[in-house]
Amino acid sequence: MSTEKSVWQKAFEWHEARLPLVSFVDNAVGSKYPAPKNLNYFWNFGFLAGFVLVLMIMTGIVLAMNYVPHKDMAFDSVERIMRDVNYGWLIRYMHANGASFFFIVIYIHIFRGMYYGSYKAPREVLWWMGIIIYLAMMATAFMGYVLPWGQMSFWGATVITNMFSAIPLIGEPIVTWLWGGFGVDNPTLNRFFALHYLLPFVIIGLVVLHIWALHIPGSNNPLGIEAAPADKIPFHPYYTIKDVFGLGVFLIVFFAIVFWLPNSLGHPLNYVEANPLVTPPHIVPEWYYLPFYAILRAIPDKLLGVVAMFGSILILFVLPWLDTSRVRSATFRPVFKLFFWLFFANGLVLGWCGSQLAEGLPLIIGRICTFWYFFHFFVIVPVVGWMETPRPLPASIGSSVLKAAE
Amino acid sequence: MANMAPAHSPAPSGADGETRRDFLLHTTVAFGAVGAGMAVWPLIHSMNPAADTLALSTTEFSLATLQEGQAITIVWRGKPVFVRFRTKEEIEAARAVPMSELTDPQADDVRVKKGKEQYLILEGVCTHLGCIPLGTKPMDQRGDFGGWFCPCHGSHYDMAGRIRKGPAPANLKVPPYTFLDDTTVRVG
Ligand code: HEM
Ligand code: FES
Repeated sequence: MSTEKSVWQKAFEWHEARLPLVSFVDNAVGSKYPAPKNLNYFWNFGFLAGFVLVLMIMTGIVLAMNYVPHKDMAFDSVERIMRDVNYGWLIRYMHANGASFFFIVIYIHIFRGMYYGSYKAPREVLWWMGIIIYLAMMATAFMGYVLPWGQMSFWGATVITNMFSAIPLIGEPIVTWLWGGFGVDNPTLNRFFALHYLLPFVIIGLVVLHIWALHIPGSNNPLGIEAAPADKIPFHPYYTIKDVFGLGVFLIVFFAIVFWLPNSLGHPLNYVEANPLVTPPHIVPEWYYLPFYAILRAIPDKLLGVVAMFGSILILFVLPWLDTSRVRSATFRPVFKLFFWLFFANGLVLGWCGSQLAEGLPLIIGRICTFWYFFHFFVIVPVVGWMETPRPLPASIGSSVLKAAE
Repeated sequence: MANMAPAHSPAPSGADGETRRDFLLHTTVAFGAVGAGMAVWPLIHSMNPAADTLALSTTEFSLATLQEGQAITIVWRGKPVFVRFRTKEEIEAARAVPMSELTDPQADDVRVKKGKEQYLILEGVCTHLGCIPLGTKPMDQRGDFGGWFCPCHGSHYDMAGRIRKGPAPANLKVPPYTFLDDTTVRVG
């Protein structure tokens, strides 16, 4: 090893001494972040979510250069992006499908946390930051979907904003304020564009807090037990390379949809321009809101329906305290594991109910599933945590592997 | 400096242990909060309907060509207003409904103008989540009570636009309107 430092090395150290940017990143997601050595592929999805966020911002900014946020021009400007702007079709299809994939990735990420008990002490605030990110994503995607100003954009926006009118007394003035008029109209479109541009950058800030909170206790792992220093390996290169491999798989699936089925996740009615005087016979939100839409419609009372819908997400904030078991990973909790998958299936069925007209069988099933959704959190989770006898935990991550090898 | 260490200075304290310094701190924070609120108000209020939006709030139209049994939709503030020329039987049916059967009890005659009971004028916006109920066009589905039916989440309205079934909490709103002459109406 030569003792003489190169001029580049010196320049780098001079700069790092004044603004330690590279060290900061290296500490956060590099060789100085020790991660448990047993992380499985479900731990890829945080990285993937970050990747999709960057993808959304990059494609979004380019779209915004050709998009016109005016009710008379928005729809045509999106059609122009699709037909005339160079690669406009690609950029828009990446952005529209990117939103769907963002939610796929985040849902897997959230269910990962629920399965392996990542929300439990000491990671409650990390969990909270995640839920706030999820709420911000929902708001962003909702306002983004309004921008092309199709029939679903318009009527989706009408139904969602009207939910606030369920608030007693101040509901109506709030809705008028949200609209900037007497209905969803040009002022609404304008402000939604401004906020749709802003919120992703707020999400970046929230992601920084999320990662910060992650670094206080470090990553959880599939066994859910504390990882001793001997059971940790540097994030870079071990997990960076694993994440990049996962990214490759993700991109194959993502671009298969972007190129061959670009409209499969959207609704054809959004290619019809918004008409404030004609409500489509069957309004459905984007697929990622369907379970919550089903909960809204399951309850025949306006205020209670809206409360249940928002409550179904807000309840996640108190999950760390509803769960009375101190064992994190479902691997060691046979009864919880069963109910976890039941809850997961219940969510899928709710999603299906949300896509159907709210009558007959789908309505009845939707009511049963809505009941189960809340029953799971309020009764199953606390009671199972209290009654269940978990399987014995391994002494350490290393010992669990060595035992299996014997 | 002595006055930077309040714990050591014999600051006069009231009966509840509050010092003059606490009082100053609390009043400063209170004034700061009020000031911040006042500074933010213009930003919030700028999102309420602007003067030109409010200026579009009246519409005039004529009922001269509307026949008994027909209904039309006019546009007021960018939203539909339903105008229905009700038949004698429809008015009778609407009047006959006992108040106890209504979710949002309102007699038929308070929802129309005296002497003009045949003209039912309503905001065509479902009081649930804002969809436009069907029932104005001749071929439309009109729901179980013969008035309007909102397809979004299944609300049924009767011949006076009153909610009878479904998730909507209130009757279809009656917009403010006046008869300028026998057949001309101004809404807004
Ligand atoms: C959290 C990240 C984001 C999400 C989840 C998101 C989601 C969406 C969605 C669902 C649409 C409707 C797509 C369609 O059906 O056409 C949309 C449209 C749009 N977004 Fe975003 N977006 C994000 C970030 C951004 C950013 C940072 C910008 C930058 C200004 C942007 C600009 C636009 C524009 C101009 C449109 C309208 C064009 C179109 O409809 O394709 N988006 N967005
Ligand atoms: S908006 Fe009419 S029933 Fe929901």
